[in-house]
Amino acid sequence: MSEGTIKKFMFVNRTAPYGTIYALESLEVVLITAAFDQDVSLVFMDDGVFQLKKGQQTKGIENKNFSPTYRALDGYDIEKLYVEEEALAARGLTEDDLLVDVTVMSRAELGKLMDEMDVVLSY
Amino acid sequence: MLHIVNKSPLQRTTLESCLRVAVPGGAILLIEDAVYAATRGNAAEAQLRDALSRFKVYALAPDLDARGMGDRVMEGVSTVDYGGFVDLVAEHKNCQSWL
Repeated sequence: MSEGTIKKFMFVNRTAPYGTIYALESLEVVLITAAFDQDVSLVFMDDGVFQLKKGQQTKGIENKNFSPTYRALDGYDIEKLYVEEEALAARGLTEDDLLVDVTVMSRAELGKLMDEMDVVLSY
Repeated sequence: MLHIVNKSPLQRTTLESCLRVAVPGGAILLIEDAVYAATRGNAAEAQLRDALSRFKVYALAPDLDARGMGDRVMEGVSTVDYGGFVDLVAEHKNCQSWL
């Protein structure tokens, strides 16, 4: 395979897990993108912050619990995880409720970061 | 009458529509992403707390557990399992799903 350019990709996750397929789809594309050695950032805003909530037990709804995968992202060199500060507050959550280490940012800061990207994908 | 809501209150306006229309004395069942409305500290908490004086409010436990929210259900909301869901549908003369 020829050497490609490395682009800055941002995945914007705005949906809660399980209610729709978006969260799982995003996670799959994130892993594919990382396999191509791209610069990947993940943003969790609005209901997307619920994807990272600790203690998900999906046996009762007979869905796959994909939340442990977020903890494995580190192994794929995906270390840039950003969470919207205002979204956490509006949902009664704090950083301690999340199952991975993240950088908590304000909406304004996230907007600036988004502006610097080459590719932005929305889920 | 039983009203069933399945969308997150912070993403869609279905819970609001339901609460605006529903006749006091009825029941509201929160399922799927709507269970977030029944959790402590969420932005729709006051809206749902207010509704508790007019309606019996239920939330589906398997959906709360899947989302890691089983331990933060607000006071006054009853949790039900799938069997309870069926009972609620059977007990009420009709139901409306706010899709």
